[in-house]
Amino acid sequence: MFSWIVWRDLKLAWRRRADVLATLFFFVIVVSLFPLGIGPETQLLRKIAPGVVWVAALLASMLSLGRLFANDYDDGTLEQILLTPQPLYLAVLGKVLALWIVSGLPLALISPVLGVQFGLPRNALLVLLASLLLGTPVLALIGSIGASLTLGLRSSGVMISLLVLPLYIPVLIFGAGAVDASISGVGVQASLSLLGALLAVSLVFSPWATAAALRISLE
Amino acid sequence: MMLEANALGCVRGDRRLFSQVSFQLGAGSLLQVQGPNGSGKTSLLRMICGLLQPAEGEIRWQGKTIQSIGEDYFADLAYVGHRNGLKEELSSMENLSISSGLAGFAAGREECATILQSMGLAGREHLPARLLSEGQRRRSSLARLLVTRKPLWLLDEVFTSLDSAAVGMLKKLIGDHLSGGGIAVVATHQELDIRAGSFQRLELAS
Repeated sequence: MFSWIVWRDLKLAWRRRADVLATLFFFVIVVSLFPLGIGPETQLLRKIAPGVVWVAALLASMLSLGRLFANDYDDGTLEQILLTPQPLYLAVLGKVLALWIVSGLPLALISPVLGVQFGLPRNALLVLLASLLLGTPVLALIGSIGASLTLGLRSSGVMISLLVLPLYIPVLIFGAGAVDASISGVGVQASLSLLGALLAVSLVFSPWATAAALRISLE
Repeated sequence: MMLEANALGCVRGDRRLFSQVSFQLGAGSLLQVQGPNGSGKTSLLRMICGLLQPAEGEIRWQGKTIQSIGEDYFADLAYVGHRNGLKEELSSMENLSISSGLAGFAAGREECATILQSMGLAGREHLPARLLSEGQRRRSSLARLLVTRKPLWLLDEVFTSLDSAAVGMLKKLIGDHLSGGGIAVVATHQELDIRAGSFQRLELAS
């Protein structure tokens, strides 16, 4: 069941790969606009790099959230998923995993390349990659709660942002904090451990909350 | 095999759609749900599915309330609603094999192809669902009933947009399902001339 959901969503994402690429390009362009706008001041760029990359990642991940359940809701396949003889928790986890593979993972993988534009040292680039690898699954997991709560609403895109962005703040603080710490030569372990803890907690609780919200949305 | 509903009531918003709806369906029984638009036919079917909580009353499957059996109940029921439950980007073949996989049956390619052929979709198995006509999409969605082989069928207005040949074929499928000991609940205005072990009609008033 779990693997069927992941396989199905990856296949659908492949058929609509323009959507996936749009998220990635959005991230790349938003991050690249800052060095162009601010000019070649290495010190300043290096200072703002962690925040800029992380905020761009937050916004980019909002783009794909609207599609997580809305398409399945419209064509009735979400009903059919609810009526399968396995726990809904697993189905939600499968959908979030597929979402992360097509939207979170590519962002994390391309981030070191973007970090070079800001003159980040090598260590900081690796920490940036690590923090995004740990943080983007949390974004997808928390975002899935917002996506399920706003299902069927008319202005769901705006509602998701209002609901979810405040919940992203801890991820932003620890994610950007880890890269900051690495630039200034302080240990990064504390921030990365906290990100890992956030991932563990959201992995346990958010699919459960999302499943409950889906049941209510489909009543 | 036994599906029971005891004194079901449905409230949507502040409107009461129906109350005191009761029935008992054993193996081979067919229940036709009728009523004017907005009388709660779809709500009743969604209630029997477990998608909608009844405002009052209870539904029992094999003697146990459906809330207490949880996901195991879904292993026994197949629901075809207004929305076809097909992914537009995927072909009928892929839609069918994914549905069967999600239901825990994982039918092979040949089995799916045979079923789609019997639904009159031969030669169109690999077209994306968005290129099919409305009736063909409905056929493709009904193929799910055959691949998952569940004992309880809940069919909501399934005859819409089907041509007369397909209507006949679907009635025959329901008949075969009933004579194999299945149960079917069908919401429709069509005359259901199907041989059933027991045939009940439920008229919802508006």
